[in-house]
Amino acid sequence: MTGELEAAAPERRIALVDLLDRVLAGGVVLSGEVTLSIAEVDLVHVSLRALITSASTLERSLSGE
Amino acid sequence: MADTSGRWLYAIARELDTDALTGLRGVAGAPVHVVEDAGLVAVVSAVDLAEFGAEPLKRNLEDLDWLAATARAHDAVVTTVGGAAPAAVPLRLATVCLGDDRVRELLIRRRPDLESALALLTGRTEWGVKAYADPDALAAADAPAEPGGQGGQGSKGGAGTAYLLRRKAQLSAREKAERNASAHADRLHRELAALATAARRHPPQDPKLSGRKGWNVLNGAYLVDDAKADELAAAVERLGGEVEGVRLELTGPWPAYSFAGVEQGAEEAAR
Repeated sequence: MTGELEAAAPERRIALVDLLDRVLAGGVVLSGEVTLSIAEVDLVHVSLRALITSASTLERSLSGE
Repeated sequence: MADTSGRWLYAIARELDTDALTGLRGVAGAPVHVVEDAGLVAVVSAVDLAEFGAEPLKRNLEDLDWLAATARAHDAVVTTVGGAAPAAVPLRLATVCLGDDRVRELLIRRRPDLESALALLTGRTEWGVKAYADPDALAAADAPAEPGGQGGQGSKGGAGTAYLLRRKAQLSAREKAERNASAHADRLHRELAALATAARRHPPQDPKLSGRKGWNVLNGAYLVDDAKADELAAAVERLGGEVEGVRLELTGPWPAYSFAGVEQGAEEAAR
């Protein structure tokens, strides 16, 4: 209950890009069976950028600009 | 069931008020539970390895909607844990173990690192400060007064030459503005870091990702004593008004993502 309320609280409506800066590049690294390596984090960033760039290009072309 | 599912790790805390976790759900909507060993508490939830195992995870991370939902679910749990304990060490996104026993092993093996991280974070909070420079405003503030304005008087050297000269002046004004903005960002970081126990600069954000105009010349994170939080906010206010064309933005409070990884080197050394 508390958790759901906090998750929905407006002050925690944070920009995804700020959050990704932190959760991908920050946090303590413990070697679980799955752990993102630095190289993988970089790959996520690269593919994100490509994804968003192509999405905004698509939007522009759809809106006829 | 424990055999087919992994454990997603959110945060590690001490003296956690576990009542705060009642009904809390994490990634993929799974309820969270705790794994304890000698006072250290890891907050985890079960995840399906078909979605969160190494290979599927790599694919899913490239799906922006999946990534956004997962990052927000992770952050919501980390934030709740942080609010229910004196300090919480957040885990890097996508740390998955094969079971509660493996989580317990990690707590034992990394205890000294985790203890010192918890000590660093107790009574302190992470804040973010971003500075955006408006290239046009900076270049305009710096540019020499343009003779001829619109170029209507460029008859002597021809309109083409006048255009090229004007363009060249604009470009060098822009370069200078870039250098000035970057030097200013360094100074901002130094001033803010002076108020903090620890400080770190994240890479500047791509305007395409942030949707913000202007150069992101500073993307800083500051771990600040809770007693000094007001001082930091005041400094951001003051520094933000100092230079025309440079805007500051304070974000937070954040779980201490940027300052939990201080002992990363120890992991490699131990292997």
